Amino acid sequence: MRTSTERQSGTAEPRPGTSPPQSDTSAPRPRRRAGDLPVAMVFLLPAAVGFAVFYLWPALRTAYLSFTDYSLLAPPEWAGLDNYRRLLGDRLFWNALKVTVEYVVVNIGVQTIAALGLAVLMHRLTRSGLIRGVLLLPYLVANVVVALIWYTMLDAQLGIVNQALEWIGLDPVAFFGETSTAIPTIALVNVWRHVGYTALLIFAGLQAIPKTVYEAAATDGASEARMFWRITLPLLRPVLALVLVLTVIGSFQIFDTVAVTTKGGPINATRVIYYYIYEQAFQRFNFGYAAAVCVALFAILAGLALLQLKLLRAGDSDLD
Amino acid sequence: MSHALRRLSRRRTAAWAILVLFVLITLLPFYWMLRISLSNNRTLFANPGSLMPTDFTFGAFKRVLGIATLAEATAEGGSGANIDFWRYLANSVVTSAVITVCQVFFSAMAAYAFARLRWPGREKVFFVFLTALMIPPIFTALPNFVTVKQLGLLNTYAGIVLPYLFMTPFAVFFLRQFFLNISREVEEAAIVDGAGHAHIFFRLIVPMSSAPIATISLLVYIGAWNEYFWPLLVGQENDVRVLTVALGIFRAQSPQAGPDWSGLMAATLLAALPVIALFTVFGRWIVNSIQFSGIK
Repeated sequence: MRTSTERQSGTAEPRPGTSPPQSDTSAPRPRRRAGDLPVAMVFLLPAAVGFAVFYLWPALRTAYLSFTDYSLLAPPEWAGLDNYRRLLGDRLFWNALKVTVEYVVVNIGVQTIAALGLAVLMHRLTRSGLIRGVLLLPYLVANVVVALIWYTMLDAQLGIVNQALEWIGLDPVAFFGETSTAIPTIALVNVWRHVGYTALLIFAGLQAIPKTVYEAAATDGASEARMFWRITLPLLRPVLALVLVLTVIGSFQIFDTVAVTTKGGPINATRVIYYYIYEQAFQRFNFGYAAAVCVALFAILAGLALLQLKLLRAGDSDLD
Repeated sequence: MSHALRRLSRRRTAAWAILVLFVLITLLPFYWMLRISLSNNRTLFANPGSLMPTDFTFGAFKRVLGIATLAEATAEGGSGANIDFWRYLANSVVTSAVITVCQVFFSAMAAYAFARLRWPGREKVFFVFLTALMIPPIFTALPNFVTVKQLGLLNTYAGIVLPYLFMTPFAVFFLRQFFLNISREVEEAAIVDGAGHAHIFFRLIVPMSSAPIATISLLVYIGAWNEYFWPLLVGQENDVRVLTVALGIFRAQSPQAGPDWSGLMAATLLAALPVIALFTVFGRWIVNSIQFSGIK
């Protein structure tokens, strides 16, 4: 995050990041501490209202509600740590967490490897905008649409996938209908939706690696595989770290696909954390408890993001 | 030498084959949706593996669009249940359009304040705006639901659009990046001529940023069109139901025994069509914006 706070005078603005330490040698100007503040307030007003009412206040309110007993019918009642105590002993909460982590591991694992491969292929083979466009298409279609397409394709009786399995001599699989396959199925469906987009992000990172590095390695007789492990992967690390942080956070928020296909079942196999919160809040009206689960989810996500950034040293690049 | 070359080209062929495979896997489900939507639902089960539509018909689309008679519908394996497609389509168009226009306009105003005006605390306020990117939507959804409910806006257009109307951190961030890069000189010439900030914003900054503004509008529109969670919470009723919610309900209501797959896929395809059409026309912008922003 850049923090170039001092831009007050009317001199031509230096590019952020490259601004030299300013020792003002030009003629002294009258200091205008407030600058354009009144105008800025006018321009900011709608966005600031939206931010305060629909981001800041509700975020604080969720934190507050997590300490209350609230069913929407009566005003929230202070309950201290009750919700959190209940959370620790709630078998379904831990199950939701476990199921969500399973989903994230399969989803992110497969997606990242496939996207990396795809990005490297595109980088080495083609600049075709058409191919990039096609690969991005699933990402632009609604989760609900993607879920329904695959729900149809994976149907036990008329789904083309089971038909294909039969052609190669395998038994049909009840993808969404079996406790052991439901989560991997949903994870892979969403890999299909996101892989092209993730590949494009990585592709953008690849384009930032100078060609000369590869040329030098090629004249030294390095193989493609060696170049990938020794050049591409290390130089790509900051981009990969950012992509991983973003996709992991997104992946934890799996809801739409579950809501449209399995609704948490079979049994509790796909009752992911987002869906569990949804049920607690909007079907059982345990708003206080749902808020506590939200807080737990937020803490997990924030911790994960920090951990990832630290482990992957996202800030520093090996290019310098 | 020629041996090495041949090996190289064989490798390239293999690499191309994998890339083409990726493209096929990406496209096949779209084709399959089309194939089933053009099939007769009664004969689907007999030929689940055929690549062409079985017993080609537009019946499923007619059912979805409400222009098939009950007899026609049941003859082709439809449930006869009514899906109010045109209404849901209109609801999606209206809510997405309102969200896009307001959110982009207000976010552009905020971006102008962050990029072109000088005031104390500017970077700090911007940082606070950005932190909202880290908050999972469900974290704010519960109180937002309470707010909308207390305002008496459940099951209204206003309730569906309200949280998205004023800003999203991403839109502000995205536009600020572009506004920062506009040269100061143009602006200063206008100030010398006595132009006010409203003039500079509407006559200089906005027109000079028409491409990024169009891009973010497109992204916001597609995002709003695809949104499921929020309208599911506040807009279940038939009058205001948007397409994503309607599809979910359509699927939940289809009978376990012999569901109307053709109808489901026809409705799904129609719901996805506007996005696919927008993308065909403006795809290049979206691809480029992803290269640029790296997020969303």
